Amino acid sequence: MATIEEIENEIVEDFELFDDWEGKYEYLISLGKDLPLIDEKYKTDENLIRGCQSRVWLHAEQRDNKVYFTADSDAIITKGLVGLMVKVLSGQTPNDITNAPLNFLDKIGLKEHLSPTRSNGLASMIKQMKLYAVSMMKTP
Amino acid sequence: MSLVSPDHIVPEFSTINWSDVRKDFPILTREVNAKPLVYLDNAASSQKPQVVIDAITHYYSYYNANVHRGVHTLSQEGTNAFEASREEVRKFINASKIEEVIFTKGTTNSINLLAYSWGRKNINAGDEIIISEMEHHSNIVPWQMLCEEKNASLKIIPMNENGELIWEEFLKLLSERTKLISVVHISNALGTINPVKKMIEVAHQHNIFVHVDGAQAAPHLSIDVQDLDCDFYSFSGHKMCGPTGIGIFYGKEKWLEEMPPFEGGGEMIKTVSFEKTTYNELPFKFEAGTPNIEGAIVLGDAIRYLNSIGLKNIAQRENELLMKATEAVKNIEGIKLIGTASEKSSVLSFIIHGIHPYDAGMILDKMGIAVRTGHHCCQPLMDCFRIPGTIRASFAFYNNEEDIDRLVEGIHKSIRMLS
Repeated sequence: MATIEEIENEIVEDFELFDDWEGKYEYLISLGKDLPLIDEKYKTDENLIRGCQSRVWLHAEQRDNKVYFTADSDAIITKGLVGLMVKVLSGQTPNDITNAPLNFLDKIGLKEHLSPTRSNGLASMIKQMKLYAVSMMKTP
Repeated sequence: MSLVSPDHIVPEFSTINWSDVRKDFPILTREVNAKPLVYLDNAASSQKPQVVIDAITHYYSYYNANVHRGVHTLSQEGTNAFEASREEVRKFINASKIEEVIFTKGTTNSINLLAYSWGRKNINAGDEIIISEMEHHSNIVPWQMLCEEKNASLKIIPMNENGELIWEEFLKLLSERTKLISVVHISNALGTINPVKKMIEVAHQHNIFVHVDGAQAAPHLSIDVQDLDCDFYSFSGHKMCGPTGIGIFYGKEKWLEEMPPFEGGGEMIKTVSFEKTTYNELPFKFEAGTPNIEGAIVLGDAIRYLNSIGLKNIAQRENELLMKATEAVKNIEGIKLIGTASEKSSVLSFIIHGIHPYDAGMILDKMGIAVRTGHHCCQPLMDCFRIPGTIRASFAFYNNEEDIDRLVEGIHKSIRMLS
């Protein structure tokens, strides 16, 4: 299993292939379309992270001291971003997830999506992923 | 002290060069995401002309001081300008007296003033307040809070599929228990212009008070509170080319006299002792603390600027843009317009089949086009249409045909990328 840093570097390399916003967003949209579907039974209000405009569902489970995430969003660009976060953090240890600096969004020029005015729920989702990891560290 | 001549003559529509008018707004020359800005979020906040920007600088560099207090020259000049602006607002809405014009922080603040001061005095258990299905949260939540506190109830005027209030349903809601109708003049999410004058006439036959939320109307229609005969009217400066943080609460003098103060502090008092405080006269009774002096003064400049073009001309130009934009957008495959009232102001709200408004908004932003996406602070309204939100392009008189072309191009690209 690749480390968080290795996966991040791979994503950064993928995005470097695009020199304009259109290519980058088309790629992001395709990632959104390819994101494995979350099991419908997990699309509950409990798993809902309310952004102001787009909604994000996040489900976490623990197996062999690793955290596995599945997620979904009703907006496709948000879903692409959610897909990136799942790709980077799912299958990692709680400790690595908690300590991940996650600055790859900055490197691929998508940091703007973390700003509070974007209201897409991505920042809240990252916070929630880390909270899951922290809680799993406490209850191994 | 105004930077816009008050002795303007309203020009004929045909003589106005709208591309020159556009040049009054410096922000429209900037680029966003390496594209010339197309600003179509005017219903959220308008842009400011150079005269307004200059008036802000002029205030702080020339006569900044606290008002209604000092005997020194700066304070005198500031107070004169502050009160001259109040007179400008009075004329703008044709209030009969200057005492009826209260400076607030904005529409939301005005409505809260009404709900706290008038509402807590006049609303009792079992009373009813009527609002409509298309209200902004600002004209829902203060009334919900009041109703909860007083054990009163909130009644909602429904609308039809075009986004127009249903007149017969409105009439059915009127009862002996109805104390107040608080209704939006122009819907921010749909653009519907409500028949408020007719509603007020009927309400007054039943001795019901009427407040009109004019946040969207003030920049687009000539408002005449005496002709409307409304009891209260609220609007904001920032949506009408003025600064943020300044708004107006209008009330008929006889009602304002009866209302208790909303906030306590300086400026709103006549005498203070630990035993008893007496309150200042109107309008100061409702203006506790140091007001937004710059905002109030510069709002006067914004009004003079709008008057120099003429509200009727502004309405005509915006209608022209709305018609052109509607024609251009409505036939794009997959588009559904939300809000197709026969009386409409310059708001074009729509959804694209299979595309989340947020995604479309993101692609449009990348193309330098500023629109608003989401529920526009009208969640109950979106629930009525059973949609999570819309894409809203709202036009001002300084927009142009090229902006519409760019919007159409942006919609096509959004559909191409997101489908």
